[in-house]
Amino acid sequence: MSERIFTAAIWAAALLVVGVFCFLLGDLVRQGAPHLSWRFLLTAPADAGRSGGISSIIISTLLILAVAMAVAVPSGLGAALWLAEYARGKRAARRVIRLSLDVLAGVPSIVFGLFGNAFFCIFLGLGFSILSGGLTLACMVLPILIRTSEAGLSAVTEEWRRGAAALGMTRAAALWHILLPAAAPAITAGLILGMGRAIAETAALLFTSGYVDRMPDSLYDSGRSLSVHVYDLSMNVAGGDVAAHASALVLVSLIVVLNGGALVLSDRWATRKITVS
Amino acid sequence: MSGLSADRRLALLSALFATGAALLLLLVLGFLVSESWPVLNAGGWRAFLADGVWYPLEGRFGLLSMVWATLATAVGALLLAAPLGVAGAIFQCFYAPPAVAKLYRSVLALLAGIPSVVYGLWGLTVLVPLIARWAPPGASLIAAILILALMALPTVTLTSATALGAVPRSLLQGAAALGMTRRGIILGVAVPAARDGMLAGLLLAALRALGETMAVLMVAGNVVRNPTDLFEPVRVLTANIALEMAYATGAHRAGLFASGLLLTVMVLLLAWLAARAGDRQRDV
Amino acid sequence: MTIPQNSHYPTYTLGSVASGPPCCDPITHIGVAGLSIAYGATTVLDDVTLDIYKGCVTALIGPSGCGKTSFLTALNRLTDLIPTAQVSGVIRFEGGDLLDPRTDLLGLRRRIGMIFQKPNPFPLSIRRNLELPLREHGVRQRELLDHKMETALRDVGLWNEVRGRLNSPALALSGGQQQRLCIARALALEPTVLLMDEPCSALDPISSSVVEELIQRLRGRYTVVIVTHNLAQARRVANYAAFFWMKERVGKLIEFGHSRSLFDAPNDPLTVAYLSGKAG
Repeated sequence: MSERIFTAAIWAAALLVVGVFCFLLGDLVRQGAPHLSWRFLLTAPADAGRSGGISSIIISTLLILAVAMAVAVPSGLGAALWLAEYARGKRAARRVIRLSLDVLAGVPSIVFGLFGNAFFCIFLGLGFSILSGGLTLACMVLPILIRTSEAGLSAVTEEWRRGAAALGMTRAAALWHILLPAAAPAITAGLILGMGRAIAETAALLFTSGYVDRMPDSLYDSGRSLSVHVYDLSMNVAGGDVAAHASALVLVSLIVVLNGGALVLSDRWATRKITVS
Repeated sequence: MSGLSADRRLALLSALFATGAALLLLLVLGFLVSESWPVLNAGGWRAFLADGVWYPLEGRFGLLSMVWATLATAVGALLLAAPLGVAGAIFQCFYAPPAVAKLYRSVLALLAGIPSVVYGLWGLTVLVPLIARWAPPGASLIAAILILALMALPTVTLTSATALGAVPRSLLQGAAALGMTRRGIILGVAVPAARDGMLAGLLLAALRALGETMAVLMVAGNVVRNPTDLFEPVRVLTANIALEMAYATGAHRAGLFASGLLLTVMVLLLAWLAARAGDRQRDV
Repeated sequence: MTIPQNSHYPTYTLGSVASGPPCCDPITHIGVAGLSIAYGATTVLDDVTLDIYKGCVTALIGPSGCGKTSFLTALNRLTDLIPTAQVSGVIRFEGGDLLDPRTDLLGLRRRIGMIFQKPNPFPLSIRRNLELPLREHGVRQRELLDHKMETALRDVGLWNEVRGRLNSPALALSGGQQQRLCIARALALEPTVLLMDEPCSALDPISSSVVEELIQRLRGRYTVVIVTHNLAQARRVANYAAFFWMKERVGKLIEFGHSRSLFDAPNDPLTVAYLSGKAG
């Protein structure tokens, strides 16, 4: 008897979770989809976002994302290279760096916003700008990028490293021709994960990239990201709910596409590893 | 020869990036401290906790009620998310047919990636009116707890399922060979064996809940008061920063940075405790 | 012995076993003196002095964990890849001490090739596997690359098997083919010494005998140092044999000599015991 109750409880819990999430996503689609159109995507917002579209918002979002990734990817990859390839004998240094990255990953995003405001906007004089927002996000996603890239590189079999060394190849050549290509799916999956995190972020952008919903002229211009747009429309603009839902739907679709890509990549990576070995 | 020096250059460059990544933490903490220094220096820590009220424009920075509100939302969310999340993980690992389990897992992975602002939007337009119908005003502690629980669920389920999946199959088969029921195997063998991993997942979710800004900001009502009634609005630390940063200057601004510092310290302390607890468990 | 000319059986260009130059003049190619190797606080090999003769096959035998592989990796300084490894002693090679920190490692490893227990072709095409190291060592002209690749593949008897699919992944080859590809990859760099760490132990018996025959053909042209657990194989391929043993958890060289005398009339009681299966 209690066995049946337990089974029923487990199924009920799972169904409840799925039900609530279907409610959430269904509601988003129901309210957002009717408002969604090419016109919505391609025209600038008007009347504080109540009417018009989100073209400038999308451009700002992409620019912020581009800045964040352009900074975070090379530095993250560089740091991961050191951790996975060059720092093998330096245990203490590796521990310190790993620890500080873990701590950094735990810092709440609003605190990154505070830091970005104080450092990029004011100390470096970049003001409320796409550059400030992107750089703040870069700091935020750096730990994820380093962790996934390092894990990807470390998963590459030691035999290739030894083989390349035994053939008198430099470590740089081994990395470039063999190790990095082999780790590429994992690194790309991590990169996509970081992009998803960055594009979902709101709190860190509120007071770094700003609220301005105009089309940005340059990276030094303030730009409003999609997530900030959703927040502003729903909280500060009376009658902005419809546009907020439509924008949120666009945001979620972007993230679904990104996550789907990461999933496919890591799946393909897994199967490839099986067939090779 | 030139090859080796190219190697050395790459080693140097990558070491530079690694050091930079490590120094970033110091930079963040350093700026937090230096920006909040005026207030820290003037009143000291005690003022934050002793002063009962938050009137930043009058120089009174009593954070205590917001700290309580923060803890209340996080703890409440975890109390809800933990049983549901663990049940979901058990469902995925032991009850769902393989195809369903895979679907369940990818749905949860998708949900874990949904922006907090979207959860907030749903809470604001659906959940808050629903609560307001029988306990106005709707925007309240309970709304914040529910939304945070919802956001924590995927994390709890995914980490718990990973921990359950790592339990050796032989252990489960051994239990089954003893004629134990499925419920007995799960509750008596699998869950205890996976306890550490599940706990780590719960703590991760707790850390996220403590640091969450947008969703709480959008549904909690944001009135500074002690969290004594589930159906009354509260304001958490993160929401306070988000709300007031836009116009804060001088000591007020420093006070906000100090609250950010306090929040960070809370989160890191919890993470440290979690790591220590994990270490001790492994030692035994 | 006649070699059937079908494509499944390797056709070598290295000539038959007997056709190589004799190797019985003991000219020292690598002179190891007082070599000790430690990983952190653990000494794995202590005070080994041993001459490796030019053009000969020298087999290193002994139980697992007695430092044979460590000895081998010290010869091309692969020990440098292990952060905790400390190597002391002198290894004279081509007029210098190769343990000298100023040694040009890339050049050294080009002249002393190495084959590992598990075949480790790169996850690239067969062609790229051979070309990549050549290019890294400055060979760039297309014709030269093609020529060296074909020569190396013919040397290991792989040319007929792969000439039609040079652009297909090397990892699609069978285990024995992969190992011969790895040997070809090392030979393409024109080394003078080949180090082999149990090159046949991960292969099936047929591939194993093909690789073993190849090793026979390398004699005379290359100085070969081979670690093997297969005593019968050591007896078949080696001119010289060195027996390692663990004394108080530290690897030591017990006996070295002509393989025939070491196998048939060992001096040291430990060697006698090991060869007769009483120890190890």
